[in-house]
Amino acid sequence: MNELVEYFPAILQGSLVTVKVALLSVLLAILLGLAGAASRLSASRWLRFPAVAYTTLIRGMPDLVLMLLVFYGGQVVVNNIADRYAVEPFDLDPFVAGVSTIGFIFGAYFTETFRGAFMAVPAGQMEAGRAYGMNRWQVFHRILFPQMLRHALPGIGNNWQVLLKSTAIVSMIGLTDMTLLADQAGRTTHQPFIFYSVVAGIYLLFTAASGWGINRLERRYSVGVRHARL
Amino acid sequence: MIQLEVQDLHKCYGKHEVLKGVSLRAESGDVISLIGSSGSGKSTFLRCINFLEHPNAGRIFVQGEELRLRPDGHGALLPEPKQLQHVRTSLAMVFQHFNLWAHMTVLQNVIEAPMSVLKLSRAEAMERAQKHLDRVGIWAQKDSYPAHLSGGQQQRVAIARALAMEPAVLLFDEPTSALDPELVGEVLKVMRQLADEGRTMVVVTHEMGFAREVANHVIFLHKGLIEEQGIPRDVLLKPTSERLQQFLSGQLK
Repeated sequence: MNELVEYFPAILQGSLVTVKVALLSVLLAILLGLAGAASRLSASRWLRFPAVAYTTLIRGMPDLVLMLLVFYGGQVVVNNIADRYAVEPFDLDPFVAGVSTIGFIFGAYFTETFRGAFMAVPAGQMEAGRAYGMNRWQVFHRILFPQMLRHALPGIGNNWQVLLKSTAIVSMIGLTDMTLLADQAGRTTHQPFIFYSVVAGIYLLFTAASGWGINRLERRYSVGVRHARL
Repeated sequence: MIQLEVQDLHKCYGKHEVLKGVSLRAESGDVISLIGSSGSGKSTFLRCINFLEHPNAGRIFVQGEELRLRPDGHGALLPEPKQLQHVRTSLAMVFQHFNLWAHMTVLQNVIEAPMSVLKLSRAEAMERAQKHLDRVGIWAQKDSYPAHLSGGQQQRVAIARALAMEPAVLLFDEPTSALDPELVGEVLKVMRQLADEGRTMVVVTHEMGFAREVANHVIFLHKGLIEEQGIPRDVLLKPTSERLQQFLSGQLK
């Protein structure tokens, strides 16, 4: 029990790192997802192709493999470039590498979520906007986007929950998130079960809290929709 | 005054020509009914007027202002975006499937375009909304969402939304075709009142009763051409063309 008291503050610190990684990556993933969906739905083949390649490749590979690939592969690239231009090589920051890899991976999932949601908005909704003299931007931000968001929210919520849990893999590249700290504490004290249970509990707390938040958002954005009642 | 004039409109889908030169002229207070079997091109014609579809040839004048069109290189005509947006504010459209914005309340649906397009203040837009929702009998439901209204109520909201633009011409694209039979009457009643007020209307419809009693001009389209037109008494009661005779005998009065 004493060990738990001793290490608990550090693990709580680590949980802050987890939250930071998750929030920044989801922001990046949503931006990439919107851009990806826009190019997947574009009329131009040259815009569609990279987006299809992006989602197909990323979704076909394990997150952990991609993370290690970006971190170690990225370091090799940095070293080579530094060598060639005779400058001092720098170490890839695990925080930056973690956030950008997770953001990049989940951007592919968000691309599919947003693509489906955009397609779910009936064409007549935009037509009515155009027929009343709205310009393209007005049709987008007054009609298409809010209605798209309503269709996207369940998918966004789902992606967020998976992303949040995926942040545990950043411990593999040496970022001191709560999983890495629990691992260290567990090894030192020979009590891995206790420390991993604590981390599991904290993750559960995070996902439960975000589940509650997502529900509220969904309720807010599903105004005007008939709800099935039992 | 001529509110809307369309000259020799052509439209093809690929090789298939659905409009082969259709013209129309609406003076103030005219109520023009476009009738014809499905596939005759009547809805396409209406949708070409405000460029929801792009015609391949023809000229369009709204309140004397000609739409400036240029070919897009694939045979269709492109309007100038700015002019089109401006012209569309004088051609309010009522759709077959209402197309009310699903995420907005009845009131928000009616004030949206007057505020964002006509740049009215919220107070002015609200005043218009109250006036027009009141006259179609939906003011009491102003805070409902479209999904919670019946089809007839939704279409009346859509008419209020059109009126709130205070347009020169109202375009109706089969406004009662998606409604249950018992709800058609309430929408036709509103349209009849609008006609009595002297509004200029172009109505694509299957309602022969409306065409006969409310319109002052009927156009019968067949395979992309005007087969017969004139005042309803003549066209609907004493049709000269064989096709129109066939069409009318197929319709229950």
